[in-house]
Amino acid sequence: MFDGLTDRFGEIFDKLKKRGALSEADVNAAMREIRVALLEADVALPVVKDFIDGVRERAIGEEVLRSVTPGQQVVKIVNDYLVEMLGPETDEFQVRAAPPAAVMMVGLQGSGKTTTSAKIAKRIQEKQAKKVLMASLDVRRPAAQQQLAVLGHQVMVDTLPIVPLQTPRMIADRAMETARKEGYDVVILDTAGRLHVDDQLMTEVADVRDAATPAEILLIADAMTGQDAVNVAQSFNEKLSLTGIVLTRVDGDARGGAALSMKAVTGTPILLLGTGEKLEALEAFHPDRIASRILGMGDVVSLVEKASELVEQDEAERLMKKMESGKFDLDDFASQLGQLRKMGGLSGVMGMLPGVKKAQAQMAAANIDDKTVIHQEAIIGSMTVAERQKPDLIKASRKRRIAAGSGTSVQDVNKLLKQYQEMTRMMKKMKKMGKKGLMRSGMPGMLPPGMPPGPGMR
Amino acid sequence: MSEGSEKKGWLARLRNGLSRSSSRLSDGIGGIFSGQKLDDDALEDLEDLLITSDLGVETAAKLAAALASTRFDKEVTADEIRTALADEVSKILRPVAKPLAADAGHRPHVILVTGVNGSGKTTTIGKLAKRFKEDGKSVMLAAGDTFRAAAIEQLKIWGERTGCPVVASKPGGDTASLAFEAIDRARAENIDVLLIDTAGRLQNREDLMQQLQKVVRVISKQDETAPHDTLLVLDATTGQNAHSQVETFQSMCNVTGLILTKLDGSAKGGVLVALAEKFDLPVHAIGVGEGEDDLHPFEAGAFARSLVGLDG
Repeated sequence: MFDGLTDRFGEIFDKLKKRGALSEADVNAAMREIRVALLEADVALPVVKDFIDGVRERAIGEEVLRSVTPGQQVVKIVNDYLVEMLGPETDEFQVRAAPPAAVMMVGLQGSGKTTTSAKIAKRIQEKQAKKVLMASLDVRRPAAQQQLAVLGHQVMVDTLPIVPLQTPRMIADRAMETARKEGYDVVILDTAGRLHVDDQLMTEVADVRDAATPAEILLIADAMTGQDAVNVAQSFNEKLSLTGIVLTRVDGDARGGAALSMKAVTGTPILLLGTGEKLEALEAFHPDRIASRILGMGDVVSLVEKASELVEQDEAERLMKKMESGKFDLDDFASQLGQLRKMGGLSGVMGMLPGVKKAQAQMAAANIDDKTVIHQEAIIGSMTVAERQKPDLIKASRKRRIAAGSGTSVQDVNKLLKQYQEMTRMMKKMKKMGKKGLMRSGMPGMLPPGMPPGPGMR
Repeated sequence: MSEGSEKKGWLARLRNGLSRSSSRLSDGIGGIFSGQKLDDDALEDLEDLLITSDLGVETAAKLAAALASTRFDKEVTADEIRTALADEVSKILRPVAKPLAADAGHRPHVILVTGVNGSGKTTTIGKLAKRFKEDGKSVMLAAGDTFRAAAIEQLKIWGERTGCPVVASKPGGDTASLAFEAIDRARAENIDVLLIDTAGRLQNREDLMQQLQKVVRVISKQDETAPHDTLLVLDATTGQNAHSQVETFQSMCNVTGLILTKLDGSAKGGVLVALAEKFDLPVHAIGVGEGEDDLHPFEAGAFARSLVGLDG
């Protein structure tokens, strides 16, 4: 979601990096562009102003002007300041209170409270082995209570039985009572969406807060939120004393300035990010990664973590051994492609790597996209076992058959075979250089020259 | 949709809703221009205020420049600035303010409702159904959001509230075939307006956008002139991402008009001004609450005046 900012900063700092020394005018010009970039990214104006002032103060100093690469230094200052603003790293979200501990979910209509309730419940129950109960206090939106019940069923978390015509306060009381009687550790209270300017509903939710005395009060906010993010966060915080913010729809292409805004005006930590429609799509918040992403340095840490989660270790080791022994066949190649696809495809992987924009442009120029990977898997899938083990067998008529079988062309088949040949050639070369070299070279042939190494062999 | 009878009532409500949001803008204007000159500093402050209403950097600069061209270095009052600003804004919005009308020649008039998650599609359909019913049309709803838990139930409740039949399949069912079936049923029952709900989807999810394209294609197979309206429901709280939403939904699903929801909060929906300039898409209606009557035709002048904190 922070791609937009990344692009902008990339452009700005490319310009700065090319120059030897920074004048005050240079810095001011860069700050103006950063200001516009941040505003276009929906960072709230007062927050932008503070940010720019802080960065300028640090940037226009002797230190910068004397340093060897002033552009780099400005990048570092902006990065450090962003990290500071985004707040400290958050640990795994935990509810630290005597059971039954209530977690209250609040926010505007449509911000994703109910879905996030189910995601958090699932996470706490599965990762922390706690007994979780969910209760919907939303008596306003039609079928909202049913929605939570259905989600509870999907994530196998209990939900409080629905009793018609109860008030939110009554439901909250009943939920806490049930939790005490039946030994639940955590109770998630999903409240109705409400406007922060609606005094009546804000009082109602404060009333529920007083009754349930929640250990956590989480503001669920949409990453697409505009300038109003500051007002929303501030109002909810003043009325309820928030303990954390959960940012949803981070998988969208919003630039996500709301994250900066809300953290800055409330001082409340961003605890979790909602990153997809699936009920496991909830991630911890790492400010340094987000800041790096904003600045175009890529989110390498996320990539490595994702890789280790998704790539089966055994399979990776098996492939590594085969490569070393020089017996890497097309089945192994297919397995590698499969792993790449699991990690969100090339575009998913690329999005997390440094120099994103340039790499993507190169990929586009070389006609490589996620479909390439799927097509290549199809091509290998259309080969016989013998062909996969001994690709030398594949001559003209076999190529035609494979192309027809995979819905591709003979050129595509040729391309794949050529790539495979290059890979095996490189592997032999690497074998001489030792394992370290192989690791670093990644997937030769797969990516155009100058690209970062592929993840397939990490 | 009918304007008419309760016009005064809803204008007051819009103003009421917008007044909280615009109070910041209008207070701000009052602060900048208490009988001072419109100089560079004042212009920059004005631009900033427009930016805090989500108008976006470009549109804000343009509006400020428009004011400067006639009034630079002159003594101005806050009210003059407000009026001039409202004029500029409504100049931009007037061409796109078009009420949603069901063509009696279409049987049924098919309206497909799209948008990102949580923008207010289902609620808007409920309100639209109420409006069309009040206009004496027969209305049918199709519960095309088969993904989100209990979305079908939610629409069914709206069906009961508004007295409209609801066509629904099972959760996880195919929206395209449901739409196909709904048109059949609407024809058989001689329905005037068919409102089809869809699951919320983020515009950068290409797979989901392609699914939506398929829904449109299948509807066109039933009636090559349909969908007669494809609405994009936008949340007024949304910032500059609204541009990306409109761009993608328009290019992939041929969106024909916008509805802006949640204008009863403190978000001003200022991004609409920028959208009107860039995309030239009709804005049909605005949502100002959760009740079934809280949907109103979009009126450029009223919106503009409310945005800058002027009365009616």
